[in-house]
Amino acid sequence: MLRATLMTLAVTVAAMLIGAALGAAVAAAKLSDRRALRAAADAYTTVLRGVPELLVIYLVYFGGSALVTEAAAAMGVQGFLGLPSFLAGSLACGLTSAAYQAEVYRGAALAVPRGQGEAARALGMGALLRFRRILAPQILAVALPGLGNVWQLALKESALISVTGLVELLRQSQIGAGSTHQPFSFYIAAGLLYLALTTGSTLLFDRAEWRLTRSARRP
Amino acid sequence: MDLDFLRGTSLALLRGLPLTLKLFLASAAAGLVLAGLIAFMRARGRVARGLATAYVFVFRGTPLLVQLFLVYYGLSQFPAVRHSFAWPFLRDPFWCAVLTLSLNTGAYTSEIIRGALAAVPQGQVEAARACGMPRGLVFRRVVAPIALRQALPSYSTELILMTKATSLASIVTLKETMFIAAAVNNETYRAIEVFLCAGAIYLALNILLSRAIALVEWRLSPHLRRPPDALPGLDTPPILGTA
Repeated sequence: MLRATLMTLAVTVAAMLIGAALGAAVAAAKLSDRRALRAAADAYTTVLRGVPELLVIYLVYFGGSALVTEAAAAMGVQGFLGLPSFLAGSLACGLTSAAYQAEVYRGAALAVPRGQGEAARALGMGALLRFRRILAPQILAVALPGLGNVWQLALKESALISVTGLVELLRQSQIGAGSTHQPFSFYIAAGLLYLALTTGSTLLFDRAEWRLTRSARRP
Repeated sequence: MDLDFLRGTSLALLRGLPLTLKLFLASAAAGLVLAGLIAFMRARGRVARGLATAYVFVFRGTPLLVQLFLVYYGLSQFPAVRHSFAWPFLRDPFWCAVLTLSLNTGAYTSEIIRGALAAVPQGQVEAARACGMPRGLVFRRVVAPIALRQALPSYSTELILMTKATSLASIVTLKETMFIAAAVNNETYRAIEVFLCAGAIYLALNILLSRAIALVEWRLSPHLRRPPDALPGLDTPPILGTA
């Protein structure tokens, strides 16, 4: 079960990374001057936060497999091809996570004072340097508590990936429960391990927040 | 796009909607009562507060699906449970799902209630006491209305999460919307169309829900609105304008 716990962590980290990349893009679209981009990003966050996570997982897993099978058939390979469950699971969780992360980044970007970007521009910094050295660190510091929430959501959501057959923590406990006829013991153990994961990550996020907000503390 | 297939699938999925709604309403109602109780316990003595805190910690720190499996599959491990009066309920996936969902939402909602109660300005309570109102009346006429208004936005989020969470009941064989979607997909292998239909149903449900709560919030906060003649159009309820 400890190996399965590592799998849960791995799939959650993968989902968070996919979500971070996509979420940042969606947040940028939400803040852009182009109306079409804003509307598309709004639609994305509304839909992905409004439908059940389980549905997104089924859609990516079965829908993705159907697409892969069709693509393979077009290339001359016959028969059903499944999407690897790790890929499908982290992609599905990442899509949901992106919607939540986009809102976090958007709020954080709005919280950074406008003058910071203007001052950097006045110093002659290019757009990329300005983002990397001035804006991104501040956005991240403000976004961290919100990202902590999203991480907790993703961690708990990763349990749903067990429906695709990926042997993560919950799937492993199902297997154990099935072969020993002691479902209570296995699911309690799973619950405790999840509790350890969520509590541990809360501590880590608190610590990271403390470090990233050094500038705001009194000496 | 095959419109006939989409229409047929949507009609099939809608047959699961009553069960989805039943799960949602039963769990939301039971969860709300439980949340009130937990929030009350957190304001009491040390033992009650410790118990309530532990409950909230455990139910917010573990996945809902694990909780559901624990109740539905786990409890049957004990012969004592199988021979108890509660067995007819615990054997039934519907009651297991309702029990788990309400325990889960109860933990989250109790935090919302606690935050809302803490956000009531102390001066309001003191003023009411100074007017000679007894405790019960202060709660009913001053604290509760202010706290309710504070709690509504977060509670609407929690209810949306609940609507989505009812889909997990499909995994313990309840034939609600999601279960039918998975079944249709297994028969037809047209995953994208089937799940898009199901997604549209859940989305419509959640948009209706958030609009309804926005309307309640609007009704409850007339003091925050501009006077009707200030600017025409700003006074329309959120269901017509933008929320």
